Amino acid sequence: MSKKKDTFMNMVISLFVITIISGFSLGYVNQLTEQPIKDAKVAKKTNAIKLVLPDFDNNPVEDVVLIKSENINDSIEVYPGFANNEFVGAAVIGSSEKGFSGLVKLMIGFKASGEIQNIEVLEQKETPGLGTKMKDEKFLAQFRDKNPSTYNLKVKKDGGEVDALTGATISSRAFGEATQMAFDEFMKNKENLKTPKN
Amino acid sequence: MAETVNQTQNFLKGIVKENPIFVMLLGMCPTLGVTSSASNGLGMGVATMFVLIMSNIVVSLVKNQIPSKVRIPAFIIIIASFVTIVEMILEAFVPFLYEQLGIFIPLIVVNCIILGRAEAFASKNNALSSLIDGLGMGLGFTLALTILGATREILGNGSLFGLKFVAENANTFILFILPPGAFIALAYLTVLFNKVTAKTAK
Repeated sequence: MSKKKDTFMNMVISLFVITIISGFSLGYVNQLTEQPIKDAKVAKKTNAIKLVLPDFDNNPVEDVVLIKSENINDSIEVYPGFANNEFVGAAVIGSSEKGFSGLVKLMIGFKASGEIQNIEVLEQKETPGLGTKMKDEKFLAQFRDKNPSTYNLKVKKDGGEVDALTGATISSRAFGEATQMAFDEFMKNKENLKTPKN
Repeated sequence: MAETVNQTQNFLKGIVKENPIFVMLLGMCPTLGVTSSASNGLGMGVATMFVLIMSNIVVSLVKNQIPSKVRIPAFIIIIASFVTIVEMILEAFVPFLYEQLGIFIPLIVVNCIILGRAEAFASKNNALSSLIDGLGMGLGFTLALTILGATREILGNGSLFGLKFVAENANTFILFILPPGAFIALAYLTVLFNKVTAKTAK
């Protein structure tokens, strides 16, 4: 078979056919993967919530409460947890733009009393080996079971009580700021969260 | 004529003689960008290999239907379709890897190895040879990325495929996981690779 000639019609037709075929096959694959992608995202969130909240028996992803805040543009996601219709705490997404390379996004689990149950790092672009150590047990342990109303979340250098990561004071500051923001929103909205939606 | 091409040689050239990373130095953007760990390198390599093989086959099948003046846009559409498919599949079934590789998955579209093979090989050879060429080149790329990723992970993090073998607080060469470490490691590995292959060629 010889090569098609470079006529205008040939060029238009061949590109048209190729784009049609590729468009249809992409649409087909998109249909196949749409549900698994959604499931994967929900599973990831549920796992993070399980790590930071005390035991719960509801579905926090479905009960999500969006809170408008004057401090940041996006609304803040809060996932309340209930056990036997009793409010056990809430997982709050806290974020700070002041990380060493921008956004630091955390999920902070608060007990009903306001103490921190656990913190999970969702997104960060900090320096590998320095700021990324915020995921390490050693750094996270100092926040557990602390109530931010009595425990100053600032790093020691700024008059707080947090041991900053070696060589990553800025990352530690952003971490504290994100946690503080989540705590403030949690305390402000605690009463509304306590009643189950259904 | 195409039948006389020695398929074994066709396959092996991508791994050794024309290795896309260590010999041709193509596709440097993902090579330097994602190889901060061995598993990232491997994942990127396999994703690229899939796109390379599929686009090679399709390009060689339709090569006679495409007028040569519009062949580059036609190739790009074919490649971009496969990249988008890979992206959706990764997001659905390996979300962890999808997050790690991030922007570098859509960037496979502009990886010059893929367009280079489509233009230099697949548009001149039959589908079987193109498949084997894609397989060889893809494996060469994957191997190079995994070795580079492993080197950087061992030196920079004291671990391999996520398994740590040094003490938790041990000091490692953090430089190697940072961007400059990618250049340094790549340079030394290229020297090593060419030294070894030059010796065996004699």
